[in-house]
Amino acid sequence: MTKESAQNDRGTKRSAQNDKRALRKELNGYIIKVIYMKDFIGGEYDVIVVGAGHAGCEAALATARLGFSTAIFTLNLDNIANMPCNPNIGGTAKGQLVREVDALGGQMGISADANFIQSKILNRAKGPAVYSLRAQIDRRAYSDYMKYVLEAQENLEIKQAEVTGILCENQKIKGIRIHTGTVFYCRILILTTGTYLNANIIIGESKISSGPDGLLPANRLSDSLEELGIELLRFKTGTPPRINERSIDYSKLIEQPGDEDIVPFSFMSGELQIEQVPCYMTHTTAETHRIIRENLHRAPMYSGEIKGIGARYCPSIEDKIVRFADKESHQVFVEPMGLGTKEVYLQGMSTSMPEDVQLKMVRSLPGLEKAQIMRPAYAIEYDCINPAQLKLSLEIKGIEGLFFAGQINGSSGYEEAAAQGLMAGINAAMKLQNREPLVLDRSQAYIGVLIDDLVTKGTNEPYRMMTSRAEYRLYLRQDNADLRLTTIGHEIGLVTPERYNRFLEKRRLIQGEIRRLQNTILPANDRINDFLERHGSTKIVTGIKLYDLLKRPEMEYPYLKEIDQGAELPKEVIEQVSVSIKYEGYLKRQMNQIEQFKRMEERRLPEEIDYEKIHGLSLEARQKLNAIKPVSLGQASRISGVSPADVAVLLVYLESRKRKG
Amino acid sequence: MINDTIAGVSTAVGNSGISVIRLSGPDAFLIADKIFKGKYSVSEQESHTIQYGKIISNETNEVIDEVLLIKMEAPRTYTREDVVEISSHGGYTIASSLLNLLYSNGARPAEPGEFTKRAFLNGRIDLSQAEAVMDIIQARTQRVSKVAVKQLEGSVSQKLNVIRERIITLLSDIEVNLDYPEYDAEEITLAQAGKETTSIIIEIDSLIKSFHYGKLLREGMEIVISGRPNVGKSSLMNRLTRKNRSIVTDIPGTTRDTVEEYVNIKGIPVKLVDTAGVRETLDQVEQQGVERTIKAISDADLVILLIDISQGFTAEDHDLLNKILKERKPYVLCFNKTDLVDDKQKINDNINLYPDAIPMSISEDRGVDELEERIFGYATENSQDIDNQVLITNARHEGQLKKAKEHLESAYRASVSKMTLDMVALDLKAALEELGKITGDHADQDVINAIFSRFCLGK
Repeated sequence: MTKESAQNDRGTKRSAQNDKRALRKELNGYIIKVIYMKDFIGGEYDVIVVGAGHAGCEAALATARLGFSTAIFTLNLDNIANMPCNPNIGGTAKGQLVREVDALGGQMGISADANFIQSKILNRAKGPAVYSLRAQIDRRAYSDYMKYVLEAQENLEIKQAEVTGILCENQKIKGIRIHTGTVFYCRILILTTGTYLNANIIIGESKISSGPDGLLPANRLSDSLEELGIELLRFKTGTPPRINERSIDYSKLIEQPGDEDIVPFSFMSGELQIEQVPCYMTHTTAETHRIIRENLHRAPMYSGEIKGIGARYCPSIEDKIVRFADKESHQVFVEPMGLGTKEVYLQGMSTSMPEDVQLKMVRSLPGLEKAQIMRPAYAIEYDCINPAQLKLSLEIKGIEGLFFAGQINGSSGYEEAAAQGLMAGINAAMKLQNREPLVLDRSQAYIGVLIDDLVTKGTNEPYRMMTSRAEYRLYLRQDNADLRLTTIGHEIGLVTPERYNRFLEKRRLIQGEIRRLQNTILPANDRINDFLERHGSTKIVTGIKLYDLLKRPEMEYPYLKEIDQGAELPKEVIEQVSVSIKYEGYLKRQMNQIEQFKRMEERRLPEEIDYEKIHGLSLEARQKLNAIKPVSLGQASRISGVSPADVAVLLVYLESRKRKG
Repeated sequence: MINDTIAGVSTAVGNSGISVIRLSGPDAFLIADKIFKGKYSVSEQESHTIQYGKIISNETNEVIDEVLLIKMEAPRTYTREDVVEISSHGGYTIASSLLNLLYSNGARPAEPGEFTKRAFLNGRIDLSQAEAVMDIIQARTQRVSKVAVKQLEGSVSQKLNVIRERIITLLSDIEVNLDYPEYDAEEITLAQAGKETTSIIIEIDSLIKSFHYGKLLREGMEIVISGRPNVGKSSLMNRLTRKNRSIVTDIPGTTRDTVEEYVNIKGIPVKLVDTAGVRETLDQVEQQGVERTIKAISDADLVILLIDISQGFTAEDHDLLNKILKERKPYVLCFNKTDLVDDKQKINDNINLYPDAIPMSISEDRGVDELEERIFGYATENSQDIDNQVLITNARHEGQLKKAKEHLESAYRASVSKMTLDMVALDLKAALEELGKITGDHADQDVINAIFSRFCLGK
């Protein structure tokens, strides 16, 4: 895609850019004077990572752990792996992502297990494909922990600075320049700048240039990206107010405790036992809705002040009330931000209303009549790149050695960021080792779905992972992430021997137990039939394999103890065994689908193909294919505008190419 | 890549005496064996030989047709795969039942140009023709999709959309609970999901049954030949019955007041009703005759209004035309006896007034072919550009609907056997994908859009 035609696709882009320029003019007053020292070289690294959020941390740890000298730059060292929005990790589809990051040898799962204050499995009754783990996290503790992990990491240097420019020669990355003018050289640059690029914070009528949580924005890097010909988009997201819990009357709230049985994120964590902290629930009232309606003209989303594109799944409360006018009340969750603070997060009250309206809104919630707002809710606008410019390895097309990960790619969420960060880190290392990039496909991992969606389809709103986006979610479960990915992580070199051995042992136990259940036949006697009757199951007249018995929906593995002497097995092994037996039919069907899918993915499309010259392709397909440069027929088929007929034409083209030799 | 077996028609349907259905792929013999009864099974039959036998539906045990079956083992075939060619009696009905039977027994509908594509991929067609092959694929696909769009206009597509919407709604009800477990809506239960699924199955069933050509083919199309006395109605009737193979039917004639004949016009079974009988047998009972004519017109699927153009467009002709219009019936105007008109300008004047009219001379056998085209065109709702693509898209749509129904049934079974909601969702999504192959919509995005537009979510 030429730069120009891409921009035509995104109407909002130009005006956003003009806005930015105007803002920058205002800002010049703040920058007192920058005298560049004549190319002072601050250092030379294999890899530089810009941004130390959830993506940056994973990326830097991965390259450092794989033996490459790495430097990570952040605007503020005290906010490494900050959670500027919800104080939790995981949830539907996101929990699966964390598990996958962990299975590959990433950090997020381990850090979350070390700093959670409440744990919960969501969707327990709705099926194994959608069980999702979510933990409330002590935000400060998590940040400190992650900072320490980075500090302790061999091959890794941490630096506080604003990166202001990208150095690039002959379309190849050379290094970066920071605000002081100092230059650092690198072979690979990974940008994980989150929501900081030209960030504006909007609260009602006030709009200031600022990053989240009062941190500095990065106002100069966007220009450097545009100079490199990279297309930028402008997205928007928001966060609810934070309240001092001393000002809340908890007797009016409904307590939401964590699960008794704690399931860790990391396959390395073993049994976890902590004193859990509850969350609470309240709800909006008719009064809340009245306040919002009366002040709608002051909401920047409605007054036209905000132009960035917001996410549908993360609407502000004023959005919800306008769009779903007949709904009388919305839930609001009160979530603790940590053990060392009385600050709590009000999930459900995301808004960009002016401060006075916010206070009235919050105080209209039962139990929050005297609430003190510590930090007001705000909307944030920021630059990100159009992710369709990336390869599946997360390296940008056309510039050697420049990778992107996290919210700068148009995604949202800590987990989505971490997953991309890990993959960018791994692929940076693969490139330095002259190895093929690691591309997980849609049938291997949610990570694969995430990156394929972003790169192949692009996105026009901050992208959130959902289980409904995964075609093969019955196979992409959180419980088998290690079985799916740890071998891959081992080949990459990120999986420690300890983790790998644990995984091998688990796999051995699962396979052994399934074999045993297949070979153990229960006789049709009174004892067995009593047992069956006790559990509401049909009696048997001939012998039955334990394996087939477990297929009965009412039959659960733990019941077997009453009639069968199997070895004591770890919980996670039993879970695997149960799921693979109970859902065997569905899993088989899914595996067939995956096989079909793989056949299309395996038909490679060489990068040098000029689609303009292929006879028989539709015009739209030619343009889109040349812009995206898909690596396989499968990826090509997912591009909007590429029809099944175009795919058939490509197939014939590939064949004729092969025959020509 | 190529591991499935495809089926399609390789001759134009309706225009020829026989139609050839082609099966190609690894399971070609296996699939043919499921529905073919001959002296030998297809697997035993020698390669490159032909055998006589019957096609029997393994669903209803009904004999579909007597056919000749050619077996050709790979690689000496058009596609270099195992190929079976079945020559059946021409006609829309038989060809589509046969195709449907093959689809329900494991064959997949061939994509446009797919036999040629396979021939190329398997090395049967040489490289110099690669571009031609690519052009064929693109051109045929465009043609098919054009036909498909035309086919889908109207009530079928409306019903299809209703079904799609219902599945999307049900799926988003389930998915919103899965993706947003803390969303404060009433959670849908397995029982509710099962109940809604059953009701969708009933809808899809009725759609399969009412599928346009399905109705016409099963029940036949009723065409009334109307006109003043002596305009040539009986001649036209005779001409159409003599020209076209009469078909035997077990539907008893309800009344003998009208003359009825069953014929097969270009593969469309047609009941021809000649209102001539009315006037001429019950001569003087004018009033009763008119009533019968009107009744016949109101029952008809299509009315032929025959006019003796040598006498001009008379007031009585106008009366009849108005009656047809009042009944809101589709009609074809035929200007007969053009051979008797010396002043051709007279005909042209009338044609200018009624540009859709067909000039006709039954005695000289002119215009009858065109009338047949028009009848076939109406039957397939596609007055130009008719060929076997129409049949293929129709058969494919029906096949897709049946597959969708299977998935829905599986979803229902999952819901009653206490499986979890995510399994039910799996089947529903599969059903939606099958329907998407008809409409060209993408299931995933639709469900996600439905979730966000129907529910109020967020942090």
